[in-house]
Amino acid sequence: MHLELTSLPSVVDMQDPLNEDQAKLKQNLQKAERKKRLRSLMLTLPLLAFIMITFVVPIAEMLYRSIDNPLIAKNLPNTVKSLSQWEQQGLPDKEAYNALAEELIRLYQSKSLPPLASRLNIEVAGMRSLMMKTGRKLSTFEQINDYKTAMIKIDKRWNNIEYWGAIKNLSSKFTISYYLAALDFRQNAQGDIVAQPEHRQVYLNLFVKTLGLSALITGLCLLLGYPLAYLLATLPDSKSNLLLILVLLPFWTSLLVRTTSWIVLLQMQGVVNDLLLYVGVISERIQLVHNTFGTVVAMVHILLPFMILPIYSVMKGISPDYFRAARSLGATPTIAFIKAYMPLTMSGVGAGVLLTFILSIGFYITPALVGGRSGQMISNFIAYHMQSSLNWGMASALGGILLLTVLIMFYLFNRIVGINNIKVGN
Amino acid sequence: MALPKYCTPMERVGFVGFKVYCTAVLFFLVAPIIIIVPLSFNATPYFSFTEGMLTLDPSAYSLRWYQDMIDNPQWFNALKNSAYIAIAATIISTILGTIAALGLANRKMPFRNAVMALLISPMIVPVIISAAGMYFFYTRFGLSQTYLGIILAHAALGTPFVVITVTATLSGFDHSLVRAGASLGATPVYTFFNVTLPLIRPGVISGGLFAFGTSFDEVVVALFITGAEQRTVPRQMWSGIREQISPTILAVASILILMSVMLLLTLELLRRRNAKLRGLS
Repeated sequence: MHLELTSLPSVVDMQDPLNEDQAKLKQNLQKAERKKRLRSLMLTLPLLAFIMITFVVPIAEMLYRSIDNPLIAKNLPNTVKSLSQWEQQGLPDKEAYNALAEELIRLYQSKSLPPLASRLNIEVAGMRSLMMKTGRKLSTFEQINDYKTAMIKIDKRWNNIEYWGAIKNLSSKFTISYYLAALDFRQNAQGDIVAQPEHRQVYLNLFVKTLGLSALITGLCLLLGYPLAYLLATLPDSKSNLLLILVLLPFWTSLLVRTTSWIVLLQMQGVVNDLLLYVGVISERIQLVHNTFGTVVAMVHILLPFMILPIYSVMKGISPDYFRAARSLGATPTIAFIKAYMPLTMSGVGAGVLLTFILSIGFYITPALVGGRSGQMISNFIAYHMQSSLNWGMASALGGILLLTVLIMFYLFNRIVGINNIKVGN
Repeated sequence: MALPKYCTPMERVGFVGFKVYCTAVLFFLVAPIIIIVPLSFNATPYFSFTEGMLTLDPSAYSLRWYQDMIDNPQWFNALKNSAYIAIAATIISTILGTIAALGLANRKMPFRNAVMALLISPMIVPVIISAAGMYFFYTRFGLSQTYLGIILAHAALGTPFVVITVTATLSGFDHSLVRAGASLGATPVYTFFNVTLPLIRPGVISGGLFAFGTSFDEVVVALFITGAEQRTVPRQMWSGIREQISPTILAVASILILMSVMLLLTLELLRRRNAKLRGLS
């Protein structure tokens, strides 16, 4: 007679607590695992808090500036209220003139008119002086019954719907006007979104130019970098390590040093002009720096290691057997390289191309120093609005668009390469 | 790489062409940096090789630009500032970055990808945007034109490198060693300092060097949030190039090149040591 061991009453008695223990064990393990996961999260919290405070919040706050528009709503509340029914067709009614005049007098006397006037001047040229002048003159009048006539007498531009339209367009607490301007659009007096007049269209061209230059630089880097990466990956280790140091040297050399050396080399009295003259390629010295050419050459040099290193690290992992197999099956070296080898390197190429492109669209230093007037990119205009024109909303809007572009690129990078596979250096 | 014996003449020509091309690319990479060094010994205030320099006439060479640099208190001050700021920023980012990497090494950590993306964002966001954001924010809290402000900013920019290198080093780390430590009664902190840290030290140091290099070479944020008192070397070079470019800059550049060569060699040694520790070589 065969008796199943586990069905013996004594064994069953023993197993019950065992099962219980096992369940308990599982529970304990799960608990421990959860604790471990939470502990991992806790470990990242100090740095997360640090990055949030020193980096993420400042950028978020800057982006907020690109839509923030408190001045008009805060300083001209009555005007905004009386303009709320205005259809932006004919001139606004008398009530609006009265409200604006009273508020202008009050602002002028409390000396808080200039920031408001400057803000409106960004939308309509000349509005700063108009507001200041009107405020000043209105304050000198003793008693005014008809503000509308008085204002038009001070400046007949108050007869123009353009200036009223600007106030109305900016009357809400948030505005898209900076983003419109950053894309070469504007709101006209009727509140419709129209293209900027041609002589004021700067930014779309600038974006196109930045993207175009970045694409050119990335393409050149790929053209120069791919063969070199192949050489590095196929040489024996002792030789390739030596050559790799030559690639890493520019990577580790200060950006300003590299930019300086290009300025020195390419200037009118520089080494490259000397050499070209000596060889006889040119008959007189040519302008090589402080233009787009200088920017492209210097940036290709600076970004080339970022192209070479990811391609090299992918190529390093490809077995030479594939190439040999293709050859033994009758492919010529060229065909074998294109059909068997190149497709395997595509993840490295993708990483290198995206990395180079991301870095070059946000480049600031090199275009600023070697770009002259024609080699300026989007970053340089952000700096210009930050430091010279002090149109911070505009700087923030341009920054927002640049950031969005970079984040889209980075999203692609993450999909292709994976955020965990980013390597730095060797 | 070598060609097999049976290859055709065309292949040989192509192979030689390929090698020439690669040599030219390497030349393009290195020559512009190397050429700065002899130019910095120029006896004349020009940025080109003089007749005398080409014929190796000793009198055409001089150390006057190095003398100039040493005599100018601005450069010395800038070097002091750069070193101070970079060291302080490196300490902050290495400590915080290593602790965070210990957490990120656990692949099952909740919100891992989101946290990782946030932590490495300072490396991805164009530096002009970081600088503009920091300018507004730091000014509001009175941190602009202070050492603390620029140190915090540089620490933020440097942490992604520490996080990435240490996380990568930890991915090859045998976690049963930590359990072994725990089973022998060691506290997690004790285990970290006596088991984990000695093994991941090369990764921590190279991450730290990256952070140091980032801070030492950073100019855009420095342009926005430092004052005359906190002028760093890159900031000083920037104004040197913008205002009147003098060969003194070449002397400074040569010294920086020497520094980067040393940094590069240190990193190479660390990489070899790390490979050895992990038994890869």
